[in-house]
Amino acid sequence: MMWDIVRRVLTICVTLFVVAAIIFAATEVLPGDVATAILGREAAPKRLAAIRQQLQLDRPASERYWQWLGGFVQGDWGQSLARPDQAIRPLVLERLRNTFWLSLLATCIGVPLAIILGVLAGLRRNQWLDSLVSVISLIGMSLPEFVIGSLLMLVFGVMLAILPAVTIVQADAPLTKLLPSMILPTLTLVIVMVAYILRMIRSSVIDIMQSEYVQMAYLKGVPQRLIIWRYIVPTALLPTINAVGLTVAWLIGGVVVVETVFNFPGIGRLMTSAVSDRDLPLVQALGLIGAFIYIMINVVADVATLWLTPRLRTQFWRPNEET
Amino acid sequence: MSLRTHIGNIRLPWAVWLGGGLLIVHLIMALFAAYVAPYSPTAIDTAHIMEPPSPSHWFGTDRYGRDIFSRVVYGGQVALLISLVSAAISVLVGGFLGVTTAYIGGVFDDTVMRIIDAMIAIPGVLLLLVIVTGLGSGTAVIVLAMVLSYLPGVVRVIRATALEYVPREFMLAARVRGEHVWHIVWVELWPNVLDVLFVEFAMRASWIVLSVSGLSFLGFGVNPPIPDWGLMVSENRAMLVTAPWGALFPMLAVSTLVVALNVVSDEIAKLLGVDRGARI
Repeated sequence: MMWDIVRRVLTICVTLFVVAAIIFAATEVLPGDVATAILGREAAPKRLAAIRQQLQLDRPASERYWQWLGGFVQGDWGQSLARPDQAIRPLVLERLRNTFWLSLLATCIGVPLAIILGVLAGLRRNQWLDSLVSVISLIGMSLPEFVIGSLLMLVFGVMLAILPAVTIVQADAPLTKLLPSMILPTLTLVIVMVAYILRMIRSSVIDIMQSEYVQMAYLKGVPQRLIIWRYIVPTALLPTINAVGLTVAWLIGGVVVVETVFNFPGIGRLMTSAVSDRDLPLVQALGLIGAFIYIMINVVADVATLWLTPRLRTQFWRPNEET
Repeated sequence: MSLRTHIGNIRLPWAVWLGGGLLIVHLIMALFAAYVAPYSPTAIDTAHIMEPPSPSHWFGTDRYGRDIFSRVVYGGQVALLISLVSAAISVLVGGFLGVTTAYIGGVFDDTVMRIIDAMIAIPGVLLLLVIVTGLGSGTAVIVLAMVLSYLPGVVRVIRATALEYVPREFMLAARVRGEHVWHIVWVELWPNVLDVLFVEFAMRASWIVLSVSGLSFLGFGVNPPIPDWGLMVSENRAMLVTAPWGALFPMLAVSTLVVALNVVSDEIAKLLGVDRGARI
């Protein structure tokens, strides 16, 4: 067990290290460096050289990578290029707060809803409720986030005009002021999230209903209610914990489009503007933070599965082998 | 289990007919775009700006007077071409890496899988945007970005599938016969993962359509004036109340294509007996 934990931590460190290398390589080694990003393609070579020296771009990439990563770990996330005199860390943390509440709200509504619908659909397999739930899930999986978001905005923001269509509140506004603007983005995220999770719960419920111990329980006359809540649901939820973890992690990517649709001031919106401005240090920081959150959520999901399933806590268990 | 043994006795539910039909309509429209579309997708006609749907312009016109129906048809060509090419490359390269890592193992396996883990750890859109930041926009960059973000998943799935076959007796027999590594990988192992590979292709094609449209919606997709559904939605979204046809028809197009691909890939998975429910 101890060795398992040590190995886990080491794996996380190695993964983050490689993630940082990929992000750094993708944004820095490729043609068009930061200096041209600042000054434009037609800039005078002399000015380019001056900027390169000022930003220490004339040093080898590997050396800059170590410096960047070292600074990042110590809390120095660098300066934004597009926003003068703006340190990246406070900017990212402020936006991260907004995205955190948005994702938390979506998760707290979406996960229980998906569980309820998934269990109901699985129990009533091939009846009208199941068909309805399947169609809803197909639609949620198939419509792009910007379509769902725009339609919700059209209906609730413009036609009915009961909710703010776009966010006009400042990024650092208190949460209570931000809350009305969060409703439509949350709803969009919930629709997509529920579609994915409920599919998995449904198929897991169907599998378990066909298992021998459930059949046995029916045969010996255990009341239906007890079978559902004691035999089927707990077992069906286990394999979906990882799926929930993955879906929550998907939120980090999904918020990019949703926040852009609703102009919500979170890290997703920050990412798109950073990419448009070719603000490389900001893009790098956001990529690394996104990966860090993703890995942490998955670790939590793995540990939760491990904690709830004693049978997996043996020496034969290998994390991530099955995915 | 091959597709052929099933074809004779399948009973398709109505949803599959609908999905398959939609997919065929989309494919035909994309293939014969030049014959289907009444106008050029980029022709500007200042005399007919923001016109509602009419017999001469079925889906209306946008603020440059471009025919929206023609743009939707050609946009389908762009979306399908990019998605199918990206999905094919991801599946072939990912499948190759998955099979070789499973068979060769050791340091090679460890190295490749650590890189794959790292790529999976950068969530979807963020990885796409990091690549776009580095390489700029354009069709080739989108294909590369899609391949790099969808290939890691294929590697994991195919590696796991191939690992089930590596300890089997026919593999041992091939090794004892003294076959070359490439022969074992290609002739013995590869055919066994083809079913899963095909399902991966169908699934990933639908995800890539979604991602491509999302990327162009954000403004980092194909370069204008190439018609693209995501770009059309973001251009015309502000007029969703006054001139809804500009954004609604491309929305309808992308949604129906993804519904069709999802239904068809589900059905393929069911026919081949490949479990896709447990994966995202």
